Amino acid sequence: MSGHSQYTPKSGFAKWLERRLPIISFVYDSFVAYPTPKNLNYMWTFGAILSFMLVAQIITGIVLAMHYTPETTLAFDSVEKIMRDVNWGWALRYAHANGASMFFLAVYIHIARGLYYGSYKEPREVLWILGVVIFMVMMATGFLGYVLPWGQMSFWAATVITNLFSALPVVGPSITTWLLGDYAVGNATLNRFFALHYLLPFIIVAIVALHVWALHVTGQGNPDGVEVKDVKKETVPFTPYATLKDGYAIGAFLVLYAWMTFFVPNYLGHPDNYIEANPLVTPPHIVPEWYFLPFYAILRAIPSKLIGVIALFLSILILAALPWLDTSKVKSGSYRPQFRKAYWAFIATCVGLGYLGSQPAEGAFLWIARILTFYYFFHFVCILPWLSRHEKTEPVPESIEAAVNGRGVSHA
Amino acid sequence: MNTKADSSETRPEPSRRDILYIGTGATAAVAGGGMVWPLIAQMNPDASTRALASTEVDLAAVPEGQIITVKWRGKPVFIRHRTSDEIKAEEGVELSSLPDPQPDNARVKKPEWLVVVGVCTHLGCIPTGKEGEFNGWFCPCHGSTYDVSGRIRSGPAPSNLEVPDYAFLSDTKIKIG
Repeated sequence: MSGHSQYTPKSGFAKWLERRLPIISFVYDSFVAYPTPKNLNYMWTFGAILSFMLVAQIITGIVLAMHYTPETTLAFDSVEKIMRDVNWGWALRYAHANGASMFFLAVYIHIARGLYYGSYKEPREVLWILGVVIFMVMMATGFLGYVLPWGQMSFWAATVITNLFSALPVVGPSITTWLLGDYAVGNATLNRFFALHYLLPFIIVAIVALHVWALHVTGQGNPDGVEVKDVKKETVPFTPYATLKDGYAIGAFLVLYAWMTFFVPNYLGHPDNYIEANPLVTPPHIVPEWYFLPFYAILRAIPSKLIGVIALFLSILILAALPWLDTSKVKSGSYRPQFRKAYWAFIATCVGLGYLGSQPAEGAFLWIARILTFYYFFHFVCILPWLSRHEKTEPVPESIEAAVNGRGVSHA
Repeated sequence: MNTKADSSETRPEPSRRDILYIGTGATAAVAGGGMVWPLIAQMNPDASTRALASTEVDLAAVPEGQIITVKWRGKPVFIRHRTSDEIKAEEGVELSSLPDPQPDNARVKKPEWLVVVGVCTHLGCIPTGKEGEFNGWFCPCHGSTYDVSGRIRSGPAPSNLEVPDYAFLSDTKIKIG
């Protein structure tokens, strides 16, 4: 989609800079003149919402780090000090903690959008895989951050997650000790988790830059799943069209974010995390944060420790293989009637697993979790490849222009 | 080593320069590895952590039927004063019925004292005592149950509760580690 720059420097300084570092034309081409398909719906605003959340988390995180102490005897108290003594500390901490939840909410919608509209299909495979990598680093960052307040849930989350590695044959226990810096979760663990929690967001920034680069090479997908043929007729410039639409969506998203932060700041938290970490008592019912629940349910559904851990990692990694599992030429779910049913069944499976992850792993809960875990993988390795070959898809519009006209532009 | 007759013509003799390149590259690789080593090794337990090797425990104050928990290397260790009924029941368990078969007498030094690391072998939670189907321990995290010998009986945990290195210093005193 990128061609010769549409930017012509006017002022003397801009001309001087352009010959030495063409940064103004780069920004102009990427965020002003950049052509966006004119049939995008609001599902395409979550990239901007996620960029906003990443910046919000980094800024609130940096200021929280100015008041936090990563030492086991002081960490819990330093967080309470942030809540009670630090100027606006309560708002900053609640914004950061709920910001993590909002970040994951946005990323799940962003991923679900990609799954429905086939955003992973040719030529966007690398763009998609970079997204999966960002998601995994986000999960690591979220987990590390959750350990820092050093409450009971922090401590036992750290214990359970680092013990996942002990499932590996032979080297497992040594890897766990190496990760912890001790034979159990302790001060060495907390200290390094803080260092890594500070580092990883900047790694995410770097991968996001690659993600956006890949996006600007292939151009955005769109709800009709047909590529742009006529840039003049079928696209609108990023500014003002996409910038304002994204800005409006961020505003709407902020309403929810602010409501969570200011009215129900502990709704998604666990009361047990307001009890200081105690290495000798495991809380009777430990559950991870809501955004990890479906994966937690998969881990618990499998009776073998090693296979459970493998299934947990595979359930995320399998997303990266999607471009080669769903090979249907039709990109958008809007023109794939059977895929659409499978899609919603899959979304229901994920939500169901999320619910089961929050319940005790026994009796009927355990069996339903096993069935849903089976279905989760069945969707990827059987249903999608089968549909790719046998589905009768609906006719795809010839072009974006035809799709928009076909729908009637009464709303324009 | 090789004569002109058997060396193929497409492969010229290695020159002094090739040897120098390979030698330099290999030296750089060794030096690079040497530099990375401390960066990786610093994450393992430090000297002060490794030094916390052993703990002594006085058993005289533990009545029959009670479990006490002591801390060793940052982990809880359960010491259970077993009743004669419990010992009899554990010694009579059919080994073929166990996921990780081990006779009771291989897990204790004196039958009335069971000493095990109180960390579930699944994902590291601390099981609660005298609970679960076998009245040994029950892990609240993912539902593993252990018997009064600390052996895994049901649930996702792969193996029995670990028996640490310990020795009886006297009839009522042990040293763990």
